[in-house]
Amino acid sequence: MASENKFEPTNPAVKWVEDRLPIMGLIYSAVGAGYNVPRNLNYWWNFGVLAGFMMVVQIVTGIVLAMHYIPHIDLAFDSVQHIKRDVNYGWLIQAIHANGASMFFIAVYIHILRGFYFGSYKAPREILWFLGVIIYLIMMATGFMGYVLPWGQMSFWGAKVITNLFSAFDFIPIIGDGIVEWLWGGFAVDQPTLNRFYSLHYLLPFVLVGVVILHIWALHIPGSTNPLGIDAKGPHDKIPFHPYYTAKDAFGLGVFIMFFAAFVFYMPDFLGHPDNYIKANALVTPEHIVPEWYYLPFYAILRAIPDKLLGVVAMFSSILILFAMPWLDGARIRSMRFRPLSKFFFWLFVVNGLFLGYLGQIPTDQIVTMGIDALTFAQFATLFYFAYFIVIMPLVSRMETTKPVPVSIAAAVLDANKKKG
Amino acid sequence: MTTHNDVVEERRNFLYIATTTVGAVAVGAAAWPLVDQMNPSKDVLALSSIEVDLNAIPVGQSVVFLWRNNPIFIRHRTAEEIARAEADDTADDLIDPESDADRVQKPEWLIMSGVCTHLGCVPLDQQGEFGGWYCPCHGSHYDISGRIRKGPAPTNLPVMEYVFLDDTTVKIG
Repeated sequence: MASENKFEPTNPAVKWVEDRLPIMGLIYSAVGAGYNVPRNLNYWWNFGVLAGFMMVVQIVTGIVLAMHYIPHIDLAFDSVQHIKRDVNYGWLIQAIHANGASMFFIAVYIHILRGFYFGSYKAPREILWFLGVIIYLIMMATGFMGYVLPWGQMSFWGAKVITNLFSAFDFIPIIGDGIVEWLWGGFAVDQPTLNRFYSLHYLLPFVLVGVVILHIWALHIPGSTNPLGIDAKGPHDKIPFHPYYTAKDAFGLGVFIMFFAAFVFYMPDFLGHPDNYIKANALVTPEHIVPEWYYLPFYAILRAIPDKLLGVVAMFSSILILFAMPWLDGARIRSMRFRPLSKFFFWLFVVNGLFLGYLGQIPTDQIVTMGIDALTFAQFATLFYFAYFIVIMPLVSRMETTKPVPVSIAAAVLDANKKKG
Repeated sequence: MTTHNDVVEERRNFLYIATTTVGAVAVGAAAWPLVDQMNPSKDVLALSSIEVDLNAIPVGQSVVFLWRNNPIFIRHRTAEEIARAEADDTADDLIDPESDADRVQKPEWLIMSGVCTHLGCVPLDQQGEFGGWYCPCHGSHYDISGRIRKGPAPTNLPVMEYVFLDDTTVKIG
């Protein structure tokens, strides 16, 4: 299904190369006119391409920043200021990279939720989904290590808190006791820690590229799903990726870049934290440690549980549970367009996730409303988060009465066109 | 009866297992330096002790020192604080029960790690519900003996090795 139309070059030079290394044919059948895609994809299907675009932006700007940044505890903070003040266009490149991380996560979060809503994780796309979860985990590790590099107060204390999460596993024989010192290369977050985080922050994006290639490869086996969630049955259900979706993606990309540019040019520090403009100090913990916004819901889950080990386990489980989704959801229909009850709980899950994010950035003892503090709310929200996967999804997906599904993509599209007149 | 073929097969199996075993050991031996290089290096391990002059710390105050790049707390406790710490030995909300006497060499000098046992923040002095330390990160309350009384931290603030060189000098580490 991956390549219905064959690449047949007429130019003799292209043909000469193609006979020896069929690389243009590969591109043609992967993201060109040779790759046929359901004709009814909406704009939610743009976000995979947008995430891929952000990955490239981060790698290009990151390589440039590495030419000026110094991974040393006495020089790192100042070298970032040097980039922002002295290096030609350093202010621009640094702002793109720092905000780019957030844009990458925005694109990926929407991409993941698109998968939730339209059942993209369901058979036969389980491995495609696993690779996506792995991409997300690598992104989180990379983003965390990148945030440590400027060596501000939030960098330092964020690094300390997150690496200390692993001290919860000190009950494991032999490796348990030394695991945090092994991560640090010392007895505290210090020069060896900064140095290795820099090394890994440079490495992991290339690992990410590798997994993204596998993700796209796995996508091309069954092909994209679509808003109706039914399989494409024949040529009348599909159109070539190029020019139809290259044009649609290019339009979406233009809008996304405008959104991105608004942050870069008008509020480059909006998504950052003022404490990170204070150089790291091992003696003073900031009054209130918060991670970057894209980790906040998970941080809220960590804090919601009063036991250290269980808190850490809950936080890791909250992401690892995504691996089980293809089996937790037992519905025969993919798209939530035809599963009204699932749709209702999906939106509740989204609101709950945003609420957890809000709770993650205020102190646990702050009163939110009606005399109830953030901790109590976070405990209820955490309960709902897990209940969504463990109770609601398995039951609702198997029991709910679904709406009638169209016979084919073409039939549904033509029907919709007729209604429009 | 053992045939020529049996001998060949047995020999082949032996060689197969032997080479695979040697290969696995070699891979392990090659990987170990790559793993172990991340452990604390010798210069980091060498910086293991500091000496502190206690004359500079008045009664009722705490001072924070850096030891192995981690904060340590030295508190010159008042008689009232010592009495409170000892009275709390029998409190029923001790999460990690330990008597005050086991945590100090001289009751007026409380010397311990300043790293919260939850996730490593530095607790704040003379705050929290027990008049000891309070960690602002995730809300752990420590008493005037550095024992965890409330919050997510699992253990008391650890007491590291130290010796009094004389009445007013202590060597930590």
